Amino acid sequence: MARLSDAPPSTDADETPALPGDGLREGIVDDLRNRIGDAIVDVHLVPNDDLWVRVRTDAWRQTADALKAAGFTFFGFLSGLDWLPSPYGKGEEDPTAEPEEPDTEIRQGVTGGDTRFQVFARLVDLDRHVGITVKADVPDDEPVVETWTTVFAGANWHERECHEMFGIGFAGHPDLRNMYLPGDFEGYPLRKDFPLLSRMIKPWPGIVDVEPMPVQDEPDADQAAQEESAS
Amino acid sequence: MTMMSERQQLSYIASQAADARLNVELETEGMTLNIGPQHPATHGTLRIICRLDGEQVVWAEPGCGYMHRGYEKLTEVRTFPQVTTLVNRIDWLGSFANEVPFILAAEKLMEIEAPPRAQVIRTILFELSRIANVSLFLGDLGVQMGAVTPVFLAFRDREYVLNLIEGATGGRFHPNFDRIGGLKDDLPKGWIDETRQAIAKLREFCDIIEDLLFGNEIFQSRMRGIGIIPADIAKDYGLSGANLRASGVDFDLRRDQVLPMAWDKADWKVWTHPDGDSFARCWVRLQETRESCKIVDQLLDQIPAGPIMTKVPRIIKVPEGEAWVSTENPLGEMGYYVVSKGDLGPFRVKIRSASFNNISIVPWALKGVYVPDIITILASLYFILGDIDR
Repeated sequence: MARLSDAPPSTDADETPALPGDGLREGIVDDLRNRIGDAIVDVHLVPNDDLWVRVRTDAWRQTADALKAAGFTFFGFLSGLDWLPSPYGKGEEDPTAEPEEPDTEIRQGVTGGDTRFQVFARLVDLDRHVGITVKADVPDDEPVVETWTTVFAGANWHERECHEMFGIGFAGHPDLRNMYLPGDFEGYPLRKDFPLLSRMIKPWPGIVDVEPMPVQDEPDADQAAQEESAS
Repeated sequence: MTMMSERQQLSYIASQAADARLNVELETEGMTLNIGPQHPATHGTLRIICRLDGEQVVWAEPGCGYMHRGYEKLTEVRTFPQVTTLVNRIDWLGSFANEVPFILAAEKLMEIEAPPRAQVIRTILFELSRIANVSLFLGDLGVQMGAVTPVFLAFRDREYVLNLIEGATGGRFHPNFDRIGGLKDDLPKGWIDETRQAIAKLREFCDIIEDLLFGNEIFQSRMRGIGIIPADIAKDYGLSGANLRASGVDFDLRRDQVLPMAWDKADWKVWTHPDGDSFARCWVRLQETRESCKIVDQLLDQIPAGPIMTKVPRIIKVPEGEAWVSTENPLGEMGYYVVSKGDLGPFRVKIRSASFNNISIVPWALKGVYVPDIITILASLYFILGDIDR
């Protein structure tokens, strides 16, 4: 896994020899650099697998335009990410055990970031059979980014859903009504600080009859039996 | 509005003119037609609100959310193996196919791969769920237009496939059979022969449906030239699966990406249709069912020996990272964007379901059509409610 922004991938000692896919994705990044220049904040490229690009918030719509012009005409999805670790845990911890110190550090995934919220979208080039994930930070004080509906008509519903679930606004969106929730609903369900009420009221019922897990390094009897029967 | 077909353009102008006329000249009121949430034509609880001028739709808006179960939130309080139980219930007619991309995403993050035998069996079950899903669509298609016979045929022949899925996995509708690193169990004895026989029946079913429906004059006159979606618009809205291929776009995720699955071991064809109308969408699905039969038949001959489960730890912790995996599900592109923070469960899962995008085009596609066409266009777009709302 090499970060293009850090060093040229060829210096990476344990990297596999370049396969055709690498050139393709690097070419896409170069092409994108030509189109939107320094709006690209970070690039994460896994050779022959996938490509992530993070752009500046103010260049969010411009990126969509550029990518569409570059051949990424298929709109996959658009959604939000909340990087705040959940203050409530997973609700299936052993209730008798000493509570662990909750993790409060915000880590923004593969392309980094500075804010709690990010928007991300997936576009596909149907001719070259390659996809790209684009991300952008959403300002903490005013969580609004530009809309993509002017570029991809399909972004309409995705932005509505994202607005409803994360409270991220989309400037210029024609109709940011709720899709699922009643209009007077308070809160944004997919935010990490929105509690899952059923878990608050009653812990995960499965916790009651969980047997202790077998020790990791004991001989794997199941596995051996399976291999025997298969051969 | 570029690349709009002439008919769409005309009907758009007509709808604009209709609005103006109705407001100013005749002082008539437009009628609001509410289809659903319990209308049989909507496959469940999708509600469609249409504003009509006479027989023509001037504005339409689907109201969804009657079945929103919040799976994206629920995945955050589950462990990785538990998530398959949830995602089974997204597209409930092709459940096994829902599990596969999620498991592949988790495997990608863990940098493991299922053994070859598991890969082939996965692919077979994946295609069987496609057959089960699409054969119901083909039967249901007739009902939407008042032809009742095909649905009985479909329910009868789909049962053979469901029996196979039940035989292998133990669940007719919700197999929950895919595991990180392989499969829960091996195939039962005699399953391969039974599958061959069932596939022969399904091939016959396709022929019968083609004769009964696709050759039918009423069917053709209600489907051909109705609900045309040009390729540009389809890509803009992210239409996928047969809906996209019916608009002439040659793209299939089974063929056009590298996945640890066995589709490349079989010889099959991706069908497209240049018309982009309702008929094309149904026709492409019919051909795909045949291709699925072909894939299953070929793969049954080449199931390799070996384990069905690779070595995975008892307690599965997925390393920190992000992965996107999507596959060509019966309804279209189904993908999961999985973010892991190195815990027992995912940090965030974005579920990209096909029907959500496929239905978001409805306001565009229904503009200017006549009332009876609403039903055929919706039927040909083919959605599953659980797949829209998630």
